[in-house]
Amino acid sequence: MAEHHVHCVVNGAKQRGIVESRTTLADFLREGLGLTGTHLACEHGVCGACTVLVDGKAVRACLMLAVQADGHEVTTVEGIASPDGTLSPVQQAFVDCHGLQCGFCTPGFVVSVTSFLEANPDPTEAEIREGISGNLCRCTGYQGIVEAVKLAAARMRDGAGVGQ
Amino acid sequence: MKAAPFDYHAPETVAEAAGLLTEHGDEAKVLAGGQSLLPMLALRLTRFEHLVDVTGVAEMHGISRSNGHLRVGAATPQAVAEHDADLAAAVPLLARALPHIGHFQIRNRGTVGGSLAHADPASELPAVALALDATFEAASTRGTRDVAASEFFTGTWSTALADDEILVGTRFPVWSGRTGFAVTEIARRSGDFALAGVAAAVELDGSDRIGRVAVGLFGVGSTPLRAAATEAALAGAAPDAAAVTDAARAGAAEIAAVDDVHATASYRTRVAAHLMDAALTAVIEEARRG
Repeated sequence: MAEHHVHCVVNGAKQRGIVESRTTLADFLREGLGLTGTHLACEHGVCGACTVLVDGKAVRACLMLAVQADGHEVTTVEGIASPDGTLSPVQQAFVDCHGLQCGFCTPGFVVSVTSFLEANPDPTEAEIREGISGNLCRCTGYQGIVEAVKLAAARMRDGAGVGQ
Repeated sequence: MKAAPFDYHAPETVAEAAGLLTEHGDEAKVLAGGQSLLPMLALRLTRFEHLVDVTGVAEMHGISRSNGHLRVGAATPQAVAEHDADLAAAVPLLARALPHIGHFQIRNRGTVGGSLAHADPASELPAVALALDATFEAASTRGTRDVAASEFFTGTWSTALADDEILVGTRFPVWSGRTGFAVTEIARRSGDFALAGVAAAVELDGSDRIGRVAVGLFGVGSTPLRAAATEAALAGAAPDAAAVTDAARAGAAEIAAVDDVHATASYRTRVAAHLMDAALTAVIEEARRG
């Protein structure tokens, strides 16, 4: 069984680990680094709960091998808020708009929406719905999430910054 | 679920990757973006002893134009291709297909060559390649060869690539003149697999007759398909609305559509006829303006 050394930067800190070939980035983050904010539900790329940023781009951490993160920068939901704990505009908007109920899908939504609004700071509602289509929520019916994305976008356009 | 154990290789050249495939034969599989292969491994629908990751092979990345073709390196991420201005100008049909693939998170990892070599009949890019008569560049330790798109897609998830061959790039013909292009599909939700989809391209001559037309279908049959009867009915015609509708129906009538849990063959055939009608109407209008 092949093992590999992985060196990467996670939420700004250098990390290293030894992983099996088949270990996903999601399992490495959760079990190797203790970063359990990255949630795993379907484990085959459908639900989006495990979404993280790799070199600033949103990807599904269950559809990437840990060994493929060697030499790259990863941001998880733990790295989205400010170091002092102040929530990012996206996180605060999810709180303010009831964009979550049970909260299981929320880390994936926060990471995806953070990336989505960087690329499209002033989205229409249709664009928001397409932008969140890669994340599944079984509680909210999405209305609060769509409102949260609108509010976060408006606040960030007013100068609140992306919050990473 | 988790994938069964495998060994992971990260070659830096095509030659090195080809050597690994020759060495390990059908126990090895090329890993590109992994957005289809990793789910299949996790669900244990398939299993390989060795994965050969080609995303670090520099010569398989990049988009270039020469001799009437646009070449897309197989390991080029879909998101890179989607936002490439040269690609959008040279092969608009490909540019319009890319945003339909999965979700933006999938396109950040997924590659153009991976989608083509995976050959899912519901995928957009195989139908685009088939419609445009693209050429596939295959490499192995035995050498390199070109495969025409019409020969490439041999079945569901099956291609003409041998076990020891790697898709290194794809050349898409550049259409010029008064052209129009459209990709349209029906899916239950944004990003879901298409229940039926159409990639259509048309070029009009100076008298508004159809000089060239290509129609690819995805999500309809067990492989990507060409709507040959539709193309034959329209070639050289002065297309009015009735002619387009008749041609779309003729094309749909000859399709061997598949039944599955998502949709019946009858539904797929009827939707394909409607989508072809709408897409061809749109591309002809675009070409007239152009």
